[in-house]
Amino acid sequence: MTRLAWIRLAIVFAAFAVLEWLVQSGRISTHTMIPPTAMVTELWALLASGELTGDLVQTLSNVAIACLLSVTVGFATGAGVHAVPRLRRALDPFLTTYYAVPFFVFYPLLVFIFGMNNLPMIAIGFMFAVVAMIINTLNGLDKIPRVYAKVARMHQMGRLATALRVQIPAAMPNLFTGLKLSVAYSFIGVIAAEFILAPGGLGYAISFAYDNFDNETMYALMLFILVLVTAINMTLHSIEQRLLRRQGL
Amino acid sequence: MAGEIHARLSGVTRVYPAVAGNPPVHALGPIDLELRRGEFFSIVGPSGCGKSTCMDVLAGLSPPSEGEVAFEGKPVKGNVPDGVGAVFQEDASFPWLTVSDNVAFGLRRQGVDGAEIAKRVAYALGFMGLRDFAQAYPAQLSGGMRQRVCIARTLVLQPRLILLDEPFGALDAQTRLLMGDELLRLWRETGATVLLITHALDEATMLSDRIGAMSARPGRFLETIETGWPRDRDSSMLEGETFGHITGRLWQMLRAESKAAMGYGSEPGQADREAG
Amino acid sequence: MTRNTTYALDIALVIAGILVIWQLLHMGAGDVAISSPAATALRAGELLASPGFWPHAAETGLALLYALIIAVLIGLGVGTLLGAHRLSGAVAEPILVALYSLPKITLYPVILLVFGLGLEAKVAFGAIHGVIPVTIFTMNAVKNINPVFLRTSRVLGMGPMQTATHILVPATLPEIVSGLRVGFSLTLLGVIIGELFASHRGMGFLVMRAIGTHDVVTMMAVTLILAVAAVLIASTLLYIDNRLHRRV
Repeated sequence: MTRLAWIRLAIVFAAFAVLEWLVQSGRISTHTMIPPTAMVTELWALLASGELTGDLVQTLSNVAIACLLSVTVGFATGAGVHAVPRLRRALDPFLTTYYAVPFFVFYPLLVFIFGMNNLPMIAIGFMFAVVAMIINTLNGLDKIPRVYAKVARMHQMGRLATALRVQIPAAMPNLFTGLKLSVAYSFIGVIAAEFILAPGGLGYAISFAYDNFDNETMYALMLFILVLVTAINMTLHSIEQRLLRRQGL
Repeated sequence: MAGEIHARLSGVTRVYPAVAGNPPVHALGPIDLELRRGEFFSIVGPSGCGKSTCMDVLAGLSPPSEGEVAFEGKPVKGNVPDGVGAVFQEDASFPWLTVSDNVAFGLRRQGVDGAEIAKRVAYALGFMGLRDFAQAYPAQLSGGMRQRVCIARTLVLQPRLILLDEPFGALDAQTRLLMGDELLRLWRETGATVLLITHALDEATMLSDRIGAMSARPGRFLETIETGWPRDRDSSMLEGETFGHITGRLWQMLRAESKAAMGYGSEPGQADREAG
Repeated sequence: MTRNTTYALDIALVIAGILVIWQLLHMGAGDVAISSPAATALRAGELLASPGFWPHAAETGLALLYALIIAVLIGLGVGTLLGAHRLSGAVAEPILVALYSLPKITLYPVILLVFGLGLEAKVAFGAIHGVIPVTIFTMNAVKNINPVFLRTSRVLGMGPMQTATHILVPATLPEIVSGLRVGFSLTLLGVIIGELFASHRGMGFLVMRAIGTHDVVTMMAVTLILAVAAVLIASTLLYIDNRLHRRV
């Protein structure tokens, strides 16, 4: 591990230590916050009891479906739009202002349409993630040097071979960024949806615990989600960095 | 073998059609060009004169608006013929492949078998001085080294006509001279016909058997100069008198054309001041 | 046709396309699920004309404004410090990126426990969302100031104040506006999420109340008003952003 990574780890550890001290010493009331050590113990108990498994599976499978959909649809849309420059120019302002629309206001509507099941959550995760994939696909295709097309033609490559052997690899750093954001945004979308209105899942479990004044469970779950999502994001981030570094970007 | 026509452009023009309010651009011609088998031919000319367009047409990358293109007696109609390789000014090495995978790229597309690929790649890497960098990624190499990767990638395909579009344009002057020497060695050993597009008069003079000087846009040949160099030559001829004579003559021809090209869209009065 | 009229036409076509898809969805799903664009626009007009709507709009607007001010002030301050101090910046960046991609909604109960139900919680939650992008963009802007600019200011004998106002601010402004643009979107998102959950006022609350009474057209009208307002503000910011970036 690098020196910087150690410093980061120390900062995170120190933050938890300070929190522990603040709560243990009574400076923060236990009605508001529980000590991090208590969160860990509680989380361990929850995981061991198997109570969490159902919610975890539900959340992860919804995220996985939302993510898969947004990556494939986002890539296809991005590639299609990129092929029609005029459409692309007209869509650009909509794509850049897309995230200004607070999409969660559509969530109640989606529940209304699809009913109280997994579909609205997948839909909101998808809506949240797909545009990040579209934007990054466009960015990646934009950045392919024009000369690569000439090289492909000098090698007498057809459309498909050029796409698979030249264009996609050339756009890969951006495509991967799109994938990474899609995963993060799918998590944000799905968990937020579960939190607001859902039949189950980790977000729902937190909101349920909050409504029942069950701080131990609530904080244990928060810790779990934060650690889980951070671990997944960091893994993708480090793969992305390696990809970028290898290509000198 | 000498004198046999290897590739031919006859009456070729290239006009880019009008786009969104801009009038059509007449980029090239009409020009006639005959490349003899095994010769080293350079085209020099001011910026924007259509040199690169000329090469694209010959390579089959873009169709001529009028005229005929032929390679080895067969017409080229907007398709890249077998036996033609090209290296471009821009860095076209693929950053996601190692140097050796870059060089093997074309062979793999042709479905050549593994052992043969390994043999030919090893030879090309050795020839271009890249053996120690076979497993490196282009990002770890200098600009000159990356351009060598591109040359090696073309070389392994054993092209009979090599087209070079300002391949050293992005390199510093001394690296260019060294790369020029390597190019001459490559040309001698492969026996290929070479067409080099360049804006560097000294480079054209040092490398070529014949040099075509092109006018400002739309590009036409003003004159073709025979250098009379022996086949076995290198950058040491820079000392010789002939070198200066030829380069001087080229500049005399191109001076007015270059000024015309510069005045195009740049500050007015530039040409007058230089003439005065 | 000139380039600009073609562009305006294309934009109009995209908007028309969105309306057509909306209308088709309406025809497929019926009034109970999706109201038609015309009915929604009409209801939106009614809402905008009714006095009962404006306190809710004001509540959301106020929460957004406060949250944005807090996010920008903290983001600019912390971002400048992190940008100026290389080690801190290098340590902080991955942490900020990790925080950026977290589902921060999970923390909302903590905010509620600390601030109680009401405006403060929404402001705090909005600010938490907005502060990270503003910090990241500011940090990068300060870190990437061309060192030649600073040498020039020394050569010209400029004092720290002059350097700040004539070099640092103009040089970093384009990136900071980009940060503000992203920050605005996320702050609004934070405020709205806050209003959707355990809230009694604001646009988000109106949406939740309408869904409770199965009043689809009102729900969609509020959503439309929010979306249009957000897109208008974001477009203005985008316009300024593009102008500033084209200058450099």
